[in-house]
Amino acid sequence: MNSLKIIWSILLKDLRVEWRNRETLASMCVFGLLIVFLFNFAFESAREETLRLLPAVLWVAIAFAGVLGFNRSFSSERENDCLEGMTLAPVDPSMIFVGKMLANLLFLGIAEVVMAFFAALWFNFSFLPALGQLLLIAFFGTLGYAALGTIFGAIAANTRMREVMLTVLQFPIAFWILIFSIDATSNAMRGNPEGNWLAGVGRVGGISVVFTVASFLLFEYVLEE
Amino acid sequence: MPPGDHIAKPSLEVRNVTKFFGDLAALKEVTLGIRCGESALLYGPNGAGKTTLMRMLASLARPSSGEVLFGGENIEHDGTRAKSAVGFVSHATFLYGELTVRENLQFIGRLFGLSHLEKRIDAALEMFDMRAREGVFARDLSRGLQQRASLARAFLHDPNFVILDEPFTGLDHQSVKKLSDLLQRLPEQGKALLFSTHDFEQGAAIASRLIALKAGRVRYSGTLDSAPFKSLGIVRANGRTHDE
Repeated sequence: MNSLKIIWSILLKDLRVEWRNRETLASMCVFGLLIVFLFNFAFESAREETLRLLPAVLWVAIAFAGVLGFNRSFSSERENDCLEGMTLAPVDPSMIFVGKMLANLLFLGIAEVVMAFFAALWFNFSFLPALGQLLLIAFFGTLGYAALGTIFGAIAANTRMREVMLTVLQFPIAFWILIFSIDATSNAMRGNPEGNWLAGVGRVGGISVVFTVASFLLFEYVLEE
Repeated sequence: MPPGDHIAKPSLEVRNVTKFFGDLAALKEVTLGIRCGESALLYGPNGAGKTTLMRMLASLARPSSGEVLFGGENIEHDGTRAKSAVGFVSHATFLYGELTVRENLQFIGRLFGLSHLEKRIDAALEMFDMRAREGVFARDLSRGLQQRASLARAFLHDPNFVILDEPFTGLDHQSVKKLSDLLQRLPEQGKALLFSTHDFEQGAAIASRLIALKAGRVRYSGTLDSAPFKSLGIVRANGRTHDE
């Protein structure tokens, strides 16, 4: 119960900070939309072309928008050593991780909804027939990606080239989440037989849970000097 | 010290602690502690290891070797008790610029799991004359006011061990006087105080004990009255030294 209160306090604090400066969500949405728009401009929006490209376009946009968001998420913690200030409290470091990760998950989730809405408009494609499957894939893919973004964001926050460092650290590992997510999204959008997309969701879910649990367990060491 | 006194008065101590930053040893085989009811001035030149030592006692830094003990137990095994008992002010304020002073205190109070939080916040704000500015965003405060908010944050959970790294930084004359009075009263309340300042006389007016650090080693740890000021390189305002 106490852990839940701590997680809620951290999440609420991040939401309040974001509400006041509106930097994270705005930059994530604008950047993500720009990527989706550029791809839409570059390729024909024929159905087969869309089915082939859109999953990758969306996940690339999510990946880059996510990096922006994770960097912003820790920039407010870096200022005045607030992250260190949090660790002065008798709080399990993994609770700090969960609170920060949920905030990142929420922000990235909102940005995804905005990106998917405009992608549907610009590519003239409806996600509605496979909405349930896509939501499941998006949830697991975003969960794993946000978990990695949170732990690597905390690591990068203590380095000099932090903006570059986050990308360099995160992408080689997040690569697997993105690959599995693109594959599963593609199968769901094509309306492939149930077994196909379920296996895809299983892969995304499996790897995301592994990365989330590993990040949860390792966060304590990241906070140490 | 009477037998068993160490049990009655909890202590926070470092034992044979060495701390390396790369090849540089910031602390070398340091052993010392503070007890409740004690007030100690940590004094030394820049780079002596004062901040590193205080960060270690506040559980923010791990020793490269040696132990940090709270009530005789290594805090690496369970730092929760030590963290609950320590209030720490650092060079950084630990304040979120986008939150108001009150919101900053509410946030840290919730992390500490404090009951009657709003009453505690009122008391902490009152203690440092910050009631009038409780609704101001931390980023809009002057350096001195941020320092006062940071002090309120450190005192919010009524810690038994108060560790202050340069607490007078940025404070005006009136605030310095008020903080000095507050710190002088801490030992009477059964609390331990360890603080650093570069104004020796200001520190000596508050503390009863001096811990002198130089190049990562303890040069002196004992009462202020019997400190060998000359050999420590400390010149008192009145020009006199104990050695003379």
